[in-house]
Amino acid sequence: MTRTLVVVGHGMVGHRLVDTLRERDEADTWRIVVLGEEPRPAYDRVALSSYLDGKSAEDLSLTGQDVVDDPMVELRLNTAVTGVDTGARAVTLADGESLTYDALVLATGSKPFVPPVPGHELPGTFVYRTLEDLDAIREAATEGRDGVVIGGGLLGLEAANALRLLGMRPHVVEMAPRLMPLQVDEGGGQVLRGLVEELGLTVHTGAATASIDGEEHVTGVTLADGTVIDTDLVVFSAGVRPRDELAEIAGAARGERGGFLVDDACRTTVDGVWAIGECAAVGGRCYGLVAPGYAMAEGVAEQLLELGEGTFPGADMSTKLKLLGVDVASFGDAHGTTEGALEVVYANNAAGTYAKLVLSDDARVLLGGVLVGDAGAYAVLRPLVDRELPAPPEQLLLPAGSGVDSGALPDDATVCSCNNVTKGQITCAIAEHGLTDVGEVKSCTKAGTSCGSCVPMLKTLLGECGVATSKALCEHFGQSRAELFEIAQATGIGSFSELITKHGSGRGCDICKPAVASILASLGNGHILEGEQAALQDTNDRFLANIQRNGTYSVVPRIPGGEITPDKLIVLGEVAKEFGLYTKITGGQRIDLFGARVEQLPEVWKRLVDAGFESGHAYGKALRTVKSCVGNDWCRYGVQDSVSMAIRLELRYRGLRSPHKLKSAVSGCARECAEARGKDFGVIATDKGWNLYVGGNGGFTPRHAELLAADLDDERLIQLIDRFLMFYVRTADRLQRTSAWLESLDGGLEHLKEVIVEDSLGIADELESAMQRHVDTYSDEWAGVLADPGKLSRFVSFVNAPGAPDPTIRFISERGQVRPGPVVLPMPAIGSHTQEVRS
Amino acid sequence: MNWHQICDIDLLLPEYGVPVLVGDHPVAVFRTHDDQLFAVGNVDPYCGAGVISRGIVGDRAGEPTVASPMLKQVFSLRTGQCLDDPGTRLPVFPVRRREAFVEVALP
Ligand code: SRM
Ligand SMILES: Cc1cc2nc3c(=O)[nH]c(=O)nc-3n(C[C@H](O)[C@H](O)[C@H](O)COP(=O)(O)OP(=O)(O)OC[C@H]3O[C@@H](n4cnc5c(N)ncnc54)[C@H](O)[C@@H]3O)c2cc1C
Ligand code: SF4
Ligand code: FES
Repeated sequence: MTRTLVVVGHGMVGHRLVDTLRERDEADTWRIVVLGEEPRPAYDRVALSSYLDGKSAEDLSLTGQDVVDDPMVELRLNTAVTGVDTGARAVTLADGESLTYDALVLATGSKPFVPPVPGHELPGTFVYRTLEDLDAIREAATEGRDGVVIGGGLLGLEAANALRLLGMRPHVVEMAPRLMPLQVDEGGGQVLRGLVEELGLTVHTGAATASIDGEEHVTGVTLADGTVIDTDLVVFSAGVRPRDELAEIAGAARGERGGFLVDDACRTTVDGVWAIGECAAVGGRCYGLVAPGYAMAEGVAEQLLELGEGTFPGADMSTKLKLLGVDVASFGDAHGTTEGALEVVYANNAAGTYAKLVLSDDARVLLGGVLVGDAGAYAVLRPLVDRELPAPPEQLLLPAGSGVDSGALPDDATVCSCNNVTKGQITCAIAEHGLTDVGEVKSCTKAGTSCGSCVPMLKTLLGECGVATSKALCEHFGQSRAELFEIAQATGIGSFSELITKHGSGRGCDICKPAVASILASLGNGHILEGEQAALQDTNDRFLANIQRNGTYSVVPRIPGGEITPDKLIVLGEVAKEFGLYTKITGGQRIDLFGARVEQLPEVWKRLVDAGFESGHAYGKALRTVKSCVGNDWCRYGVQDSVSMAIRLELRYRGLRSPHKLKSAVSGCARECAEARGKDFGVIATDKGWNLYVGGNGGFTPRHAELLAADLDDERLIQLIDRFLMFYVRTADRLQRTSAWLESLDGGLEHLKEVIVEDSLGIADELESAMQRHVDTYSDEWAGVLADPGKLSRFVSFVNAPGAPDPTIRFISERGQVRPGPVVLPMPAIGSHTQEVRS
Repeated sequence: MNWHQICDIDLLLPEYGVPVLVGDHPVAVFRTHDDQLFAVGNVDPYCGAGVISRGIVGDRAGEPTVASPMLKQVFSLRTGQCLDDPGTRLPVFPVRRREAFVEVALP
């Protein structure tokens, strides 16, 4: 018999209940009606802040089409439950509609607590809980203005970061004597304060808010000590209160500090009604983290399906966060409240790191700890809580890799605390299902799917289970691109034949040949069409142009920084007209001429080279464009000369061959009209110099570039870009853009900063001189072809009939220009191929 | 057989295909590293463009191959068979060396 479960609230925990129930209810015993007050289905509230840092609402969504399509689930959004009639077993909605249930689960979460200070209701005050809240804050934020966050806990710091991302100058007002008083101790709080102040936050601790000032709108905030902050935007982040409004109506008991009072099986005091997540007071205590909520959801699902007792096992309140780029982690008994607990503290004020371990009185068992500044050891330490230490405490704190490996962890240690998955469950899953990468482990075990802090450990476990993710380039080379680069550099091998004979097998393919060609070019091996190298190149590089669907090519001359004289524009127009080419402005601030036949390319380029143009490398895995805004020459806001810098960078790095294409941009101020943060390396002017951002990407997986170094002068900027590019060229995989490379780099941005800015590997000089060699030996590839009859002779339609046009190429006209005509398929006809023939 | 003289052997760089016109037929001629000659149709059956000669030459498990430069399907140079999609093949033409010249025949 099918029974009806009504779930009130479609937040993270309500979602997990539906998900678990549907996954385990093989016999479809429960029909589920979910009533959610928010306008959208459940989303990842934990990652809410990333909504202001590049993620969209869709990215954050937790529900997929499967829920929408599931006939056993009815999801009603914009629907608030206003009443519960426990006698009739029915809930009522705002519009009076009534729905009966066999079981009712309340998952109504929390609401932000707004302290009742005078002025707290003025326009210009906000809370930080939903996507709509963030939209409203975004709308109200004014760049360059002060903004105030009331509350210096975890959420307060996230809110402050949000204001910072919106260009405001955030103040954080915290009543307690330190930031994040719940998670960190005095010493950790101090280091944390130093780190966030460095990032431009103003911190007021031990400070009470006396009033929010203003008549019709917020104009300022007055603190109890008389300090006045001039602001028109205030975000309250002073804690949360469980949403237990339905308790009275339902006749359910409340916990002492609010929340639906439930027993350890999440049952309220009313028969047939459960409460889970932040709104549940388990034995009187509410949990403000998602992991305990998930455990409750899974427990209730178990009870509904009569699979077990489903009791709540208690919660691991460990957290690891990256706030404003600062790692903060606390786990286990972080405050050392266990009787006789010992504390071992390691602080390095210079490096801005703080670590405290809490040990049992005999110093043998780890009870908890706090890490600030560098939480690399968290993945190893958290699962060790309440266990005997496998190594001396200081060794455990060493950077990941050099300390303790996961082999020291017992099988029942929890690796993913968000989803309560143990090491044993993960290693079993890897062996049983033959999992080969982190993505598969995630979808099979759910580990790593929430906060992500256990992902490094998942990788380690894969490695320990003997899963070597293959780095082989292709069937001909067992090495990765980076390894081949090292081999070529160390041995001085200068040809593909020699490399494949000595270090590979067979004769190569369309994967390894262009990759090796790129390596040889990066190492400065002369013209890319010289000798044997010509046969390694992809067709685009072979003809120094981009192939089009009908076998013709497009021509993109370099227009550095997007700046072009009227005379040069005229030449482009004349050439296009004379050769009948289609013209289009590209997305990279230059002009593309399409439809040139192979045999026309040299003539077209002769005209262009004579007019002072050179190759734009639109065809190569090389520097493409350095886009620029108009900058302070013309723009009233500009603070630096972005055009000159863009041209300088484009001319410096033109022709540099790399694992994938490279794009850049320079903006003259923080308005960012050149979209520099969407580029592999982006430069944004400040009033003190330039900020350098790296690892941005548009395309398939957009990613914002991250700040590598700030306020640089011209020379230091170029020095850091030199190092960054060469380090990338040497170590990235084939076709790995800087964004993916940076994501895969062990230690991520922090490690990159150490290598590039601080020269921790001592290779900066070498990287710089390699770049200088590139700059000194650059010459235009097209001029090189035009000057060499041997290379020119390959630009023919047919070697035995150089003048005869290729009969497969036909054009039709559209909007006054040419375009490829419909495809005529050749004889013999094609068999049962799967590829669509596009016309 | 009707042999057509195509070009000087020196015009054929190892593993660097060339397009030729044999009668009305666009043909791609290749010379592999071990000096074998192959000739297949130049027109890519997937897109209808005459581009096969511009593809990268190599091998797949020892079988000499060319990859179309357009969408990268790989074809056997010996049989013309598409190794990624057995239903499709390129026409194959007899090819030989006579003195310093390359000759292709229409079947
Ligand atoms: C011409 C142009 C479109 C246009 O008319 O605006 C274009 C055309 C092509 N793009 Fe693009 N992209 C063009 C700007 C962009 C941009 C915008 C930009 O650069 O600001 C992007 C997103 C930014 C980025 O790359 O991060 C872009 C992301 C891509 C991608 C996806 C890359 C990724 O990381 O996901 C590809 C595919 C690839 O490279 O693997 C691609 C590949 C291509 C290729 C080369 C596809 C191909 O192999 O045939 C197209 C051939 C170009 C040709 O025949 O000239 N194109 N392409 C633009 C040339 C700009 C230039 O002046 O050089
Ligand atoms: C910015 C931010 C950062 C956070 N970071 C972390 C973190 O790093 N780690 C961590 O563990 N936790 C974090 N949290 C907390 C985490 O998001 C919550 O613990 C989690 O969302 C709780 O899930 P829930 O389903 O109980 O409540 P919610 O996700 O709040 O869902 C409750 C839902 O019920 C709806 N609802 C309420 N009343 C009704 C009604 N009467 N009728 C219909 N619908 C109703 C609400 O509109 C809401 O959609 C963070 C929270 C925020 C806001
Ligand atoms: S980024 Fe700044 S300087 Fe450049 S055009 Fe935009 S507003 Fe002007
Ligand atoms: S610990 Fe948060 S996802 Fe695993």
